[in-house]
This record gives sequence, structure tokens and C-alpha cells, in this order.
Amino acid sequence: METAASFYETPEPARFSGIWSWLFTLDHKRIGLMYLYAILFWFLLAVFLGGVLRLELMFPGETVLSAQLYNSAFTLHGVVMIFLFIIPALPAVFGNFFLPIHIGADDVYFPRLNLLSWYLYMAGGAIAVFSLFSGGFADTGWTFYVPFSISTNTNVSTAVFAAFVLGFSSMLTGLNFITTVHKMRDRAMGWLQIPLFTWSLYATAWVQLLATPVVTITLVLVMIERFFNVGLFDPARGGDPILYQHLFWMYSHPAVYIMILPGMGVISEIIPVFARKSIFGYKAIVGSSLAIAIAGSLVWAHHMYTSGMSDTAVFVFSLLTFVVAIPSAIKVFSWVATLYKGAIEMTPPLFFSLCFIYLFSVGGLTGLVLGAAGANIHVHDTHFVVAHFHFTMFGGTGFAFFAALHYWWPKMFGRMYDFKKAYIAAILVTGGFMFHYVPMFVLGLQGMPRRYYDYLPQYAQGNFFAGFGALFMILGIGLMVANLMASFARHRDAGSDPWGGVTLEWTIPSPPPVHNFVRPPEIMAYPYDFSGVTDRSAQRPKGE
Amino acid sequence: MAEKPDQTGKKLGMWLFLYTEIILFGGLFVLYAVYFSWYTPDFILGAKQLDLGFGLANTVILLVSSFLVAASITAVQKNQRPFALTALAGALVCGAVFLVNKYVEWGHKIEIGIFPGSEKLLDGPAPQNLFFGLYYVVTGLHGIHIVIGMVLLGVSFVLVLCRKITAQDDAVLDNCGLYWHLVDLIWIFIFPLFYLVV
Repeated sequence: METAASFYETPEPARFSGIWSWLFTLDHKRIGLMYLYAILFWFLLAVFLGGVLRLELMFPGETVLSAQLYNSAFTLHGVVMIFLFIIPALPAVFGNFFLPIHIGADDVYFPRLNLLSWYLYMAGGAIAVFSLFSGGFADTGWTFYVPFSISTNTNVSTAVFAAFVLGFSSMLTGLNFITTVHKMRDRAMGWLQIPLFTWSLYATAWVQLLATPVVTITLVLVMIERFFNVGLFDPARGGDPILYQHLFWMYSHPAVYIMILPGMGVISEIIPVFARKSIFGYKAIVGSSLAIAIAGSLVWAHHMYTSGMSDTAVFVFSLLTFVVAIPSAIKVFSWVATLYKGAIEMTPPLFFSLCFIYLFSVGGLTGLVLGAAGANIHVHDTHFVVAHFHFTMFGGTGFAFFAALHYWWPKMFGRMYDFKKAYIAAILVTGGFMFHYVPMFVLGLQGMPRRYYDYLPQYAQGNFFAGFGALFMILGIGLMVANLMASFARHRDAGSDPWGGVTLEWTIPSPPPVHNFVRPPEIMAYPYDFSGVTDRSAQRPKGE
Repeated sequence: MAEKPDQTGKKLGMWLFLYTEIILFGGLFVLYAVYFSWYTPDFILGAKQLDLGFGLANTVILLVSSFLVAASITAVQKNQRPFALTALAGALVCGAVFLVNKYVEWGHKIEIGIFPGSEKLLDGPAPQNLFFGLYYVVTGLHGIHIVIGMVLLGVSFVLVLCRKITAQDDAVLDNCGLYWHLVDLIWIFIFPLFYLVV
């Protein structure tokens, strides 16, 4: 492999150095890393908050949090996890870093806009922190439902404004990615030669672009109501609070696909590499990404079966919800079929991916319980919803994020981490996860409502178990982060292709040079052709 | 790889951004559509209280300004800088006149006690409160967009003046023009919804 100075040694633009070469950088890789540090900070903070919440619930009665503090804490946990972690996690960190490389480009189309998105992200986070210390953090839950969000005395306006700013950041990132995929793609790369992670980011970007403005205007309306008291959602003055819920979920349901689609893209990258086998159903995966993006935009009202919609609306939205399950299942089948008869090499990223498939499948199937109009009435607003949501979002996107961290870490930093500790961490997180959320399914079916700091005595056992599981999960996350950080003590020894991957990022040095490619990229006719990799390993003395 | 990407990407990005603006206002139009279908007679009564003259004048002003912006783009492409600058200045004046009109119109409404949270609206029929609530929110948000558009046109004016925008590189002016047309287009929907539903 050619030796080339990595992007760490080469500031872009070249006139800046030291800290300024990061704060004013236009290099998509540096911006991706700046997102990574900020996102990890928010993630760990929200994990801590989640841990405190479960600690409060471990024992009946008031233990560590008062009722009011509990309400603010679960709102903050939700707002930080949703707007500051899950939505930007994969696109802003790994999308920024690898999307241009995947399509043979040296940067995104709008590098300045990219940096602006990062500053908007940081500003949104700063505003959220500010609102903590001015009038108390919102106690509405991350959904900011009216009329409570308009009448409560906590500082909802600032929290909503933070989400508003973060929405802009996400929207501009989406805009940038769409333009980049259209305009910066290597001329030799046709639409069906684009790696699947980039495909999923492209589908996500459209959802970000088309859905985010709806929540922007909805949040603006909450602020307007709080400042000017217009009464657009006030039933006493002719308004309809249900309309708020429609507007909110018109964004926020597509938003869960903003969160999960890039995760599915990561898994579609990792599985074929470690099965040493071409991905099963490339076109079906591309098509299902787009189908999820489109169908996922039409199911929002399934959050509102009990809000007082007409039976016809409930029926239609229930049907559409079942339709979204089909493309998701196509992906799961494709991943499993890719593994079938593959020459599987177990590594931490693959381990996380396998956990993803299992946890996400459970999350998806329990989603059908919630999407069915009849069953939903029974479990609506119970802990069943909490468990389902965390299985898809944490078991899904969260685990895809961990998998992506372990998969691309050697490429981003040029350093390999310790496998054994990574496995132990993964087992702790997954085992803790099951212990943590499975009791919540049971509690939900038994009727324990969500969003209360206390519960009836019959729910004590399940809550105690769940809190116990949370402990293991938090330990596992701590070990995982520590293990990755420990790799900085090692030499840059990962090599350009430690896994035997075939997408373009594995053809360039680790860490990549500032313009990504030292010689023009060779675009393969098919992005998942492993014949070269298997030939190489067959020639090794050890052999297969 | 090192080759300069073509300039059409800048326009593509702008068009994508314009989608988001349309959807932003789309949320408000959804509210309008629902409340209009529930309270049609009250909305008609509300519309009768708005001054059609102001609305019509502002429509004409924005259409003229859009024409001037389009003319300035053509002028820049034909290297007629003085004409382009005049047209942009004219468009800026149109924007300012629009805002003055809006100020007078709102001022009058507030004077006779019609504004969000006013006693007249609180004590009056509920649907009327919704009509004027939407009126203030939608035209207010549109007014903010007019101000942003004027800032963009002002920047374009300065850039044309210092020859940063030329016939070879007019993407900035083109995009600012697109934004202004969008603001105009949204008004074309607002005008009939609030003034012409009588």
C-alpha cells in the first residue's frame, strides 16, 4: 500500500493548525469525528440518566428522584437520545466519514454547509443544556404534547427551540448527502453499484428532508402558543389538540426510519464482509430501503389509536403499518440468507450485527402487536411500548452504531482494539439488554403504565429485574468505550484492509489521506464481489 | 476526482431546500384546511373583515418584484450590470413596500382589538379566533421569509456590485432569486386563502 500522510497530519484548509484546524475544517472526515465525540458525550449522558430513571423504578415509592424530577429526567433522556444521539449518530458520524469515500469522492458537495450543520448541532445541544438551568427542564416527554406543553411552568420553549435547531442540522445534512450522491459520484459508478450503507443514507436523507420541516413548524407553533397564546390547539377556543399529534407524528414516525435505515445499511455492509459472500438480494435491499422510506412516511397515526380518531382512520393506518413490516422483513431475510453457507469469520462487528438482527426482529414483531388496532388498546401507553421502542431503537440503531464503531474504528483511527474485551462488552450489553427490557414487555402486558415514577406493588419484581439488567448493560457500554479508547495506546497498525472488505474505503490507507484517494478509485462492477479476497486468503500459507 | 464538480449541484441543493420550505408552510396549510372545513361560514366572515385592497396591492408588489429579480438574472447573464443592479434595487424596494403595507394592515387590526389573546377574540366566537390566529401566524411567518429574502437579495446586490457575481458564475444570484420566487409563490397561496374566501 502507498504511504500517504493521513488527514490528521494534513489540515484542510491548510492555513489553519492546532484546534482551529478542527473548528474551521471543511474535511468531511474531521467533521465526522467531531460529531463522534459530541455524540458519544450525549449518549453516555443519556445512558446515565436512563440508569437513574431505572434506579428510581427499582423499588416502589420515592427513592432517588421526586415525581417532578423524574418527569424532567425522562424528558431529557428522550430528547437527548432522540435528537442528539440516534437521529444524527449514524448519518452524521459514519455517513460523513464514509459516504464520500464509498462513492469515490474527495468530500461532500457542500463542505461549508457540512460544517454549519455541525455548529447547528452543537448549538442545539448547548441550548438544551442552557434550558436545564433556566426554569427547569421540560416535563412533557419528548413528544411535547399540547395542551400540557403550553400550560406547564417548566421551560418548554427553550427545549423546543433546541429541537428546532437540531432539526435544521439534520435537514441540511440530508440535503448535502442527496446532492453529494447525485453530483459527486464517480462517473464509473452506476446507481446499482453504490454500497448499501450509502444507499440507506440516501433514502434516509430524503426522509430527513421531507419530514423534518413538519416538526419544525409544529415546534414553532408550540413556541408561538407559549409566547402569544393564539389558541390554535385549544379546544375552548375552537382548536383541536389531536391536530398537534397528527403534525407531530407526521414527522416523528418517519423519524424512527431516519434512525433505523442507516443502521440497516451498516448491517448490510458488515454481514457480507464476514460471510465472505456476496450480499443476498442487493436490489431487494435497495428497494426495501426506499419502500421503508416511502411507506414509513404514511403510518404516523398509529401512535394515536386511543386519541379519538375515526375507526376508518384507525383501520387504514393499521393496514399501512403492517405493510411497512414487509420491506423490513425482506432485509432480515437477506442478511440471514447472506450468512447461509458463507465462510463466516467471527469478529466483534459481526457479533454486534448478529445481536442486531435478533433484537431488531423482536422489536419489529412486537411493533406489529402495537400496530394491530385491537391489541394496541390493551397495551397503549404501557411499558410494553417502552420495551418495543427500545428493542428497535437501542437494540436496532444502538447496536448498529456499536457495530459500525467496531467495524470502521481501524479505518478511522488506524488502530485495532482488543477483541476479547470487545466480546465481553458485547455479551454484557446484550445480556443486560435482555434482562432489562424483557421484563418490561411482561410489565406492559400486566398493565403497568409508562411515564410514572411509582407503581402498584404487583409490579415490583419486574421493575427490580429490569434495574438489575440495566446495571449490566451500563457496565458493558463502559467497558466497550474504554476498550475502544485503549486502542489509542497502540501503534497505528490496522493496515488498510483488516477485515477483507471490498468497498472503496478498504482500498485506501488507514487513516485515509486528506483527499481520500491516493490514486483514482477503481469501481468494481458489483460492490460485493469477494472473489479477490477469498483468492488472497487461499494463497496465504495457513489457507482457509 | 480532483476535477471541479459542476455548478448544477448548487441549484439542486437549493431546490431541495425549497421543498423543505414548502413543507414548512404545508403544515400550516393543513391546519387551515382542517379548520376551514369545520368552520367554513366563520372563516368567510373573518375574511370579510380583512382589507382586500392591501392584499391585492401586496400581491401585485410581489409579482412585480419577482419579475425584477428574474430580469436581473437575465441582465447579469448578458453582462448588463447597471440594469441588473437597478432591477435588484427595485425588487428590494418592492419587498420594503410589502412590509410597510403589512405593518399598516396589522397595525389597524391590532388597533381595533384583533390580535392573538385580545379580549375581542377571546370573547367572540371560537372559530373567528382560529381564523385570525392562523392569519397572524401564516402572514407573520411569511413576513419573516420576506425579510430573509430581502437580506439575500441585498447580499446579491453587493456581490454584483463588486463583480463577485458574473455571467460565468451566477449561481448565488440564481439561488437567491429562486428563494424570492418561492416566497412570492407562497404568498400567491396565502392571498386567496385569507382574502378571497369570502
